[in-house]
Amino acid sequence: MSNLMNWTWFHKLGSPKWFYEISGRWLPGLAIAAALLLLVGTVWGLAFAPPDYQQGNSFRIIYIHVPAAFLAQSIYVMLAVAGVVGLVWKMKLADVALQQAAPVGAWMTAIALITGAIWGKPTWGTYWIWDARLTSMLILLFLYFGVIALGQAISNRDSAAKACAVLAVVGVINIPIIKYSVQWWNTLHQPATFSVIEKPAMPVQMWLPLLIMVLGFYCFFAAVLLMRMRLEVLRREARSSWVKNEIRGLVEGKR
Amino acid sequence: MSFASFADFLAMGNHGAYVWSAYGICLVVLVLNVLLPLQARRRYLQDEARRMRREESR
Repeated sequence: MSNLMNWTWFHKLGSPKWFYEISGRWLPGLAIAAALLLLVGTVWGLAFAPPDYQQGNSFRIIYIHVPAAFLAQSIYVMLAVAGVVGLVWKMKLADVALQQAAPVGAWMTAIALITGAIWGKPTWGTYWIWDARLTSMLILLFLYFGVIALGQAISNRDSAAKACAVLAVVGVINIPIIKYSVQWWNTLHQPATFSVIEKPAMPVQMWLPLLIMVLGFYCFFAAVLLMRMRLEVLRREARSSWVKNEIRGLVEGKR
Repeated sequence: MSFASFADFLAMGNHGAYVWSAYGICLVVLVLNVLLPLQARRRYLQDEARRMRREESR
């Protein structure tokens, strides 16, 4: 009996109605936190952080490049986790999360690649090289495209969910390749900016705004993901009475 | 402040074009990621309300 009690939250999480209610309560706070963190981090990083002694002011691109690259990889790991949950426990909400996170992950990968290319020009003298870090990030972008295309191409929802989950789980092998690419192969790309075990090589005025930007990007993703998932839940549950009531309330509330 | 003047801030020590284009692209992508789902939600709610009214009047 006590064992059953411990898992109630997990089964609740599978209930679209419960998710819709709890996410509606979290969303405003996450959105405000994201806006504040991104605003403070951007102003601090652009105007107040000291310039790099080698790269000058072009290093300020780090404040969007690194958070976007972190998020791009974290979101893919999230897709894989959602994929496992969907495959093992047949939780429908896991598929909603997977489908709705994938486009955001693709956008974040694109930001990381584009800002990295722009940063590469003044720093390395070239926008692009086919080295391990850049190539594995490009593969990450194509994995996202694969998940999105697969989800849209298969009309049967359960088959699409299964196919996307398998691709997400298999593709996660690319994540350690991205992480260790700067150590395994010779590269122009600089090594990791943050490490759990070592003190940052940068002065505090440089890495604190970076930390704020990373937190801001994660809050931004959480808010956008909840927003997208809530709409998808309404779409998939359109036949149920609570969704009809919710839509009626939302439309009438606006008038 | 790490810059002496606003002109210095815009110039970013000859790296202005790189820094501002990177930030501009990032801003556009983030704004799109907020606006597109909001727009999709508004459209869905309108369509769904219309559909429900049609079904009720039948």
